[in-house]
Parts: sequence; C-alpha cells; structure tokens
Amino acid sequence: MKPCSVGESGCGKSTAGRVILQLIPDSDQDGVPDDIDSCPLERNGLRNSRLDMQMIFQDPQDSLNPRMTVGSIISEPILEHKNFQAKERRELVEQLLISVGMNPRFTNRYPHEFSGGQRQRIGIARALALSPDFIICDEPIAALDVSIQAQVINLLEDLQEKYGLTYLFISHDLSMIRHIANRVAVMYLGRIVELASSQVLYSTPLHPYTQALLSAVPMHDPKMERKRKRTILVGDVPSPADPPSGCHFSTRCPRAEDRCFKDSPEWREVSQGHQVACHLV
Amino acid sequence: MSNQSTILQVENISTRFHTQDGLVHAVNGISFELKKGELLGVVGESGSGKSVTMMSLLKLLPMPPAEIVSGTASFEGQDLIQLDLDELRKVRGGKIGFIFQDPMTSLNPVLKIGYQLAEPLREHMGMSRKKARQRSAELLDLVGIPMAENRLNDFPHQFSGGMRQRVMIAMALACDPKVLIADEPTTALDVTIQAQIIDIVKKLRKELGMAIIWITHDLGVVAGIADRVAVMYGGYIVEEGPVEELYSNPKHPYTQGLLKTLPNLEGERAARLESIEGQPPNLHKKPTSCPFAPRCTHTMDRCRRENPVLIKRKENHKVACWWNPE
Repeated sequence: MKPCSVGESGCGKSTAGRVILQLIPDSDQDGVPDDIDSCPLERNGLRNSRLDMQMIFQDPQDSLNPRMTVGSIISEPILEHKNFQAKERRELVEQLLISVGMNPRFTNRYPHEFSGGQRQRIGIARALALSPDFIICDEPIAALDVSIQAQVINLLEDLQEKYGLTYLFISHDLSMIRHIANRVAVMYLGRIVELASSQVLYSTPLHPYTQALLSAVPMHDPKMERKRKRTILVGDVPSPADPPSGCHFSTRCPRAEDRCFKDSPEWREVSQGHQVACHLV
Repeated sequence: MSNQSTILQVENISTRFHTQDGLVHAVNGISFELKKGELLGVVGESGSGKSVTMMSLLKLLPMPPAEIVSGTASFEGQDLIQLDLDELRKVRGGKIGFIFQDPMTSLNPVLKIGYQLAEPLREHMGMSRKKARQRSAELLDLVGIPMAENRLNDFPHQFSGGMRQRVMIAMALACDPKVLIADEPTTALDVTIQAQIIDIVKKLRKELGMAIIWITHDLGVVAGIADRVAVMYGGYIVEEGPVEELYSNPKHPYTQGLLKTLPNLEGERAARLESIEGQPPNLHKKPTSCPFAPRCTHTMDRCRRENPVLIKRKENHKVACWWNPE
C-alpha cells in the first residue's frame, strides 16, 4: 500500500510521520495531529519496532553524516540491530547498493562525493538495511532536480514491488502523489481534512481546501493551464500555535458559514472509503 | 508579436567561476532577446546557468570568483556589460528590477519595510522622504497587502513568506522598471501562495506593461504565464520557442525528456514515469561536445565531437541539437 499525506508547509505532515516513528515525543496536546494513534511503545519495544519501520528523509545533504563512509552509514543499523559477521555485513551493504542502482565499490567513499540523487539512493539503502515492512518517505524528492525525481520515484516503486513494502509518502507535490499513491490524506494545520483513494480524491475532491489546492497546482500544458478556472485562496496559513476556532480552514475558506467559525467539523465517511471533515459536504 | 521592438538584446554571454577546484564553466555563450512587454520563461535545473546568466547582466555576482568572459547586453542603447559600477547602480532597481528567490534572505531583517521600499525611490527617482513614503504605501497596496500604510513600520519578520515576496515585488516595481527579472520568485512558497503571487504578477503585467524574465525550474508555472520559453542545460540554451509550440512540439531530447518525466494532474495515470538517466553535466570540464550527449537517447558520433549551436528549425523555434528526424 502507498498511502500519501499531502499538504503545505507547516500543516503537520512531517510531524505526523515523525510521531509515528516516535522520533519526536507525542505531547498529546493540540499541536499533534488528532487522527494519529501513535503506539505507546517503551524504549525496548520502540527499538525493536525500528526493525520494521524506517524512514527516508527529505534532505540527503543533512541526513547523511559527512564524516562516515557510505559503507558505515548503510551498515550502522545492521551493526545496531543484528549480529552479523563483518563479511556478511559487507556483502549485505554491497547488495543494498546494487539494489538502489549504485556501484558496490562506492562503500569507502564519503557523502560529499555524490550528487543529490545519489545521496538520496544512499539514504534509501540505509532505510532498507534492516528489511523493514514499512517506510515513511518524508518528501524524498523535494530537494532533487526534476530529471532526477523520476529516477528516485521509479526506484522506490521497484523496491516496493520487490520487497513488498508499505510506504507512507509525505509530499507537497500533488502531481507526483497522484502518480505514486493508492490513498491520499490531505492535511491542513495539524488535521487531516480529507482522506480518499487517489482516484476518488483527484476526480471528486470534496473539501474546499482540497479543491483549492488542486486548482493551484500548475499544469505543464499551456493550453489547459490558461483555460483552467482557479480558486485562489486569500490570506496565509494561520499559525499552528494559535489555530482559528471551529474549522481550521474557516479563515481562508471561500464558502465558510457561521457554524464553520464556531464548531469543529466532524470527521465522517461520505462514501465508501471517502472521509472528509467539513460542515458543507 | 513580430512588430514588437526589442528592449534587451543579449549576445554571447559567457561567465565562469574561479574556484579552489578549478574553473567552473557556468554560462557558455548565451544569446537571447527580450521584446517589449513580453514574458520570457527561462527553465532549467540547478546548475544549468539560468540565474548566473541574469545576474551577469547586472553584474550582481561577486567578482572574483565570477568572471564575465565575453558578451554584450544592449539595453536602451547601452551595453550593460561595459557599464561601470556608478552607471550600473542607476539601472539596477531602476530601469531593471530584480526579484530574488528567497524573500527571507533578500530583505534586510533590521530595517523597516517602509525604509527598504523608500530606498530605491529616493535613490533613483530623487523623491523626498514624505513622497517616497506615500509611494511605498501605494506600492504595497498594489501588490495586495492589506492596511499598507500601517505595515510600513513593520520589520520583515512580521510578514509571512508570501507577504515578504509581495514586498520584494513592490520593491522591484518601485521605479517603474522596463524589465523585471524574477529569479524563482515562487519556489520557496506553498502552492496556494504561489497561485496568489502568479495572479498578482499577471495583473501587474497587464497594468504596467513591463517585460519580464521569469526564471524557474517548474515547467508548470511557465506554461501558465510565459509567452516564450528558453530551456537551459549545462550553461547553454538548448531550445527556445513560443510557449504553446515548445510544449506541444518539443524538439530537443532534453525538453522532450523533461516533459515526459512529469506526472500529470489529469488524464491517464502512467504505470511508470519516464526518466532521464544519468547525472547533470560536470561544469568543470570545458565543454567541447553537446552537454546532454551522455544522457541523450539519440546520441550520434557528431554529438561527442562538436557542440551544436542554437539554430532556427521553424519560425521562432530554435533548437541546439544535431539530431533532426524531420
């Protein structure tokens, strides 16, 4: 499965991902997304859960230690969790490098010797090292050039097929999500506002925010792009430290009514598998 | 379009950087023209030389390490490249406005917005303090900042990202520029805010009629606003043409590849994305062959020997490629 979480910066999509892996503690207050049931694992349980759940980070520049070789970066989780002999470990690292499309002889090189796309491949190899079932991909292509993005996406899809992985794919790129996701959750200011299968969400978006978001994405076809009707939202995303009362989107919603400013909309299922939080749907 | 007069004519600009690791050939002999009131989109990936080209025109690059090796840029009868710093100051922020990518780092954090807006007005137009302030408020109003007058006393940190970019646009427009160069003006912004900014630029363009060079890596943004598009790769313009023609009938394998790699928001969902294999070119080597040859699917012997020049294939549609199946 490939559920995706989509939203603008500051909406809490990365935070949600990190809370799931407990990379940051769940404060159990309003700042944390409401709809996520983060598993209250203790330290040992959490440690073991890392065997099944891994993460690919956004910035391959920041998430690889510049002083470690590629080999030691990829073998670190193996050293930490498994009792492998040095030779086994080395072989596994080489295999992992091959599976992400890199030369296995690169083990003794340092991250700075590689381009952004290659560094992201190293990050993917590290996430695969413990053969997890579930990987959170936090904006894995946002820092990459357009011509490299497709390479990394294709690699992620190949790996998913090969190892039967589940991805939680966090991104702000709606066209890419349409390509990769089975199900999509749209987030706004710390809440999921709409959740549906990818097909349904893109053809019949119900939440006004999803509609505005989709209409704001530029399409790379000049004829269609110039004919489209745009919903341009006014104002900015409010501060998550002081979210508006009622529906969080009420301050920018083109259709907001009185009750939207007072009551928080209920999260409900409007059709099979299509959930939305909006008074007006 | 044909009887529009040219406002900026750039010929054969080459810029390189002297770095510790040797020479970097960032821009290699770029020529283009900009017509009055036109919006030229410049598309390319990081390192393709799109920003360096535009910054070379106004000598906004630190020199050294940068060095403009050759080229001319004629603007209103002057060659910008030959101007000394005093003369250039009259052009920068005056007749040619510049919007930078990151509104966070291009505004001075310790000066009030009102002061920063008034600066070009007093410098270039010789306005009095009072008049400049009045005009500043008008400008903020023009770019859609509510309660403009009150906000003149605010500091940049009191504005959101989108609002800051509006302030940058107001500043670039302060002296009624003939040409506006916008370097990735929406890249740091969220999609809904990006849509707002694009909307404002479209509106202002209609009202004020300046020519715009819009630098971006986003083919979608350019599709919606540009009249003409130049695609850059490895320090060269590899393809240039009217926007509809270029998107519907791309000729260069790089442009074709780029358009194919992008997933679509509507229509059929591709089972697999097409990708351009390989890595962007190494700019340390002096280019003697086509920069795209190592990644191209149509490479011939000639591509590895000779660098193709940008030549006309059709009316207004220029391509730099030896491969021509037609």
